[in-house]
Amino acid sequence: MGTADAVWSAEATTPDEIEAALRGLLLEAHTHDERVVPARVLNMIAFVDRAWAGEIANRLRGVGRYHASRMLVLSYEPGRRSLDARVTISTDDSSASEELSLLRETVVVELGDIHLDDLLTIADPLVVTDMPTLLWSPHGHHEVLSELLELSQAVLLDSVEEPDPAEALRWSRQLGEQAYVVDLAWLRSTPWRERVAASFDPPAHRRELLTISALTVRHHPASTAAALLLTGWLASRLGWREATLLAHGQALRGRAHADRQDIALHLQAAPELMVPGLESVAIETAAGRSLRLTRGPGGLRAHTRQGDGGTLEWILPGASRGEGGVLGEGIRQALLRDPTYVPALDAALAMAG
Amino acid sequence: MAIAAEGQARVELENPLTAGLERLPVAPASLVIFGATGDLSRRKLLPALYNLAHEGVLPGHFHVIGVARRERADEDFAEECVEAIRRFSRRPPDPDVLESLRANIRYVPGTFDDESVYQRLSEILDGFEGEVGEPLNRLFYLSTSPDFFPVIVKELGRSELAHHERVAVRVVIEKPFGTTLQEARELNETVLSIFDESQVFRIDHYLGKETVQNMLAFRFANGMFEPLWNRNYIDSVQITAAEDIGIGSRADYYDRAGALRDLIQNHMLQLLCHVAMEPPGSFTAEDVRNEKVKVLHAIPEPSAGEVAEIAVRAQYGPGHAGGEDVPGYLEEEGVPGDSHTETYAALRLEVDNWRWAGVPFYLRTGKRLARKVTEIAVTLKPVPHLAFSQDGSLGVRPNQLVLTLQPNEGVSLSLGAKIPGTRMIIRPVRMEFQYGSSFLSQSPEAYERLIADVMRGDATLFTRNDEVEAQWRICDPIVGSWSASSERLPSYEAGSQGPEEANGLLLGDDRWRAI
Repeated sequence: MGTADAVWSAEATTPDEIEAALRGLLLEAHTHDERVVPARVLNMIAFVDRAWAGEIANRLRGVGRYHASRMLVLSYEPGRRSLDARVTISTDDSSASEELSLLRETVVVELGDIHLDDLLTIADPLVVTDMPTLLWSPHGHHEVLSELLELSQAVLLDSVEEPDPAEALRWSRQLGEQAYVVDLAWLRSTPWRERVAASFDPPAHRRELLTISALTVRHHPASTAAALLLTGWLASRLGWREATLLAHGQALRGRAHADRQDIALHLQAAPELMVPGLESVAIETAAGRSLRLTRGPGGLRAHTRQGDGGTLEWILPGASRGEGGVLGEGIRQALLRDPTYVPALDAALAMAG
Repeated sequence: MAIAAEGQARVELENPLTAGLERLPVAPASLVIFGATGDLSRRKLLPALYNLAHEGVLPGHFHVIGVARRERADEDFAEECVEAIRRFSRRPPDPDVLESLRANIRYVPGTFDDESVYQRLSEILDGFEGEVGEPLNRLFYLSTSPDFFPVIVKELGRSELAHHERVAVRVVIEKPFGTTLQEARELNETVLSIFDESQVFRIDHYLGKETVQNMLAFRFANGMFEPLWNRNYIDSVQITAAEDIGIGSRADYYDRAGALRDLIQNHMLQLLCHVAMEPPGSFTAEDVRNEKVKVLHAIPEPSAGEVAEIAVRAQYGPGHAGGEDVPGYLEEEGVPGDSHTETYAALRLEVDNWRWAGVPFYLRTGKRLARKVTEIAVTLKPVPHLAFSQDGSLGVRPNQLVLTLQPNEGVSLSLGAKIPGTRMIIRPVRMEFQYGSSFLSQSPEAYERLIADVMRGDATLFTRNDEVEAQWRICDPIVGSWSASSERLPSYEAGSQGPEEANGLLLGDDRWRAI
């Protein structure tokens, strides 16, 4: 879309001045063009390392329409002493003459160590009151995240970005005590969960859910947490009693227990996968039926083997959302509530040991 | 665990894996589109199918079979589909997704009364099921001229395609559902002699629009409006569906239909129902449609003598639109020079029930008006006493709540506010809510939602047989009266607000909102 930006910036400023600048720019934009109105539904606070702020800005640009109404970027640079800020109000100037114009508010605050103790008082005046706030700290900084939780109703994280998957899941669980967690690792698995659910949805196949005897999940080497979450999802939905998975080279193996039989679990790294997430999910039943879903261009490739040995392959169409789309979906999910994540997380944690 | 255990073998199990999913599974299906090469199919249905595929909503096993008269090979038809998708899809297609859709497209040439067409369809449908090893739901989409609806339905029945013992068979019928009450009844009789009502999906694409659905959320999820939503506080309701364009290349259809049949009988009466209906007990198809039918039954059927008092029609004459001179309706290509078809229709209706008695509902639609806009304006009664001087200001105006469907979906509320200054001068200001921007997402096309609903068997957003007949019961006397009259139609200038005569429908101080 074509955009027209109104910009204000200042060095050695204060939150009050920044907030006043926001109000001033908004009034100016509306006076200049009365079609310009704020579309407000969600605040987002991102605490980022200044060295990587450009990369984060690029990721946020990639989310398309799924942007927060007001974006507050707290750009941290060790050693910085001055609080600087830049406020941008962007409007879509390509809309038809009688249409309302989309408006985005972005506030970037540059800060250093000396400001961290007062972070809450810096951020608080800059978020729209009475509107949900999503908090994101893509470069770690758990202590800062904990501090800003007071302002937030939802936290965005990506479990696959922590080096230790069990630690990542524990951190998500801990945050979940205080806010709603939107986990990008969980969102990447949405198409997989939808397609697995659909495969067993015909009434003739639902009973087979009781007879699942093996689950194999192949995943990006750094996405063990994503594989654990998918396994945890099946375990929590189907009532499997979990056992701890044990490491075997680049794999985790173990058995879960259902009423009728055990389920062999095998989570295997797929070094050939270049993007975060899952490479394939394979489910077998005690009757010898199997379903394997594999990532592919234009959707997931489905392969089934019937109890009599007959096989069938087809494509489950669906375009890749890309990492930008996943992040955008994460922002949108801050407005929703998925009741199945926490049970899946608990089951995954139990398996991760 | 949400799944039943042993000992409950005969009970149909729930699927515990669907909990928490925004998009519920869609059963494997084959979709047969009659009239597959027509405008609706190319512009709306095929792009909608692509977008459903793009978003991963289509089932894994999904096939499209096009039926139309002209001879062409499967590959040629598939290529036409791909072209239509590339041209009309709301997003650029992903080549791989498009290819996977193309691979499952077939074509059957022939006329709709040709038995061999249905025999061939049956073979192809059976063939698909043989390939995948399981029966597939069957959806028949009638995207043809309405003359063919009964023909196709009867042939589907005769060829035993209307029922299947193991899967769902559904028929989707486009508008117009009849052109008179009698025709609607006859078509219902024909359709229901072959299909059960639960299999029939009469489509009104307005109901698939996010804003129309949002009206129910707006009314029934916000405590602040419901206490005001009645004759005690609401002065009038205006529903407008204005277009700035003429009839284009649709003279053949439009001259037989006219504005009343084209928009008021279906879309606009549906909008009225959404404004006026009582809260349903639940948002199931039957409960929602029961409430809408009650509204339609509460609207008195106009007598022949009342038509002139409550209805106005007109034709556009030459004028200016978009900075250009444009022809009048009678000069449009394909329109008979002596046509009496209305391009503008306005009605004043009443909903005679406890909630709405005495509140006029104004409906108007027209071609070649000043602007394209579809909106519902609910005007509240003025405050009983005003302590402020109105000198030097626009003054206090009644609050107005406007739900806009086109061009941008949203809601605005007009309020009286003080103009900054030393005096207490009031002017109206508007509070705006833009649907798409506020919810961080683009509204899907109405057809995407509706096709997905057909595949899931959810008829909430489709019109039931008694609903269609109730709509026609209101419009039929007007259609009849207008058809019987040989009087010259009032004219309005193209690009204008419509005919002066429409002002005669307004009661008291009511005014049409500017288009």
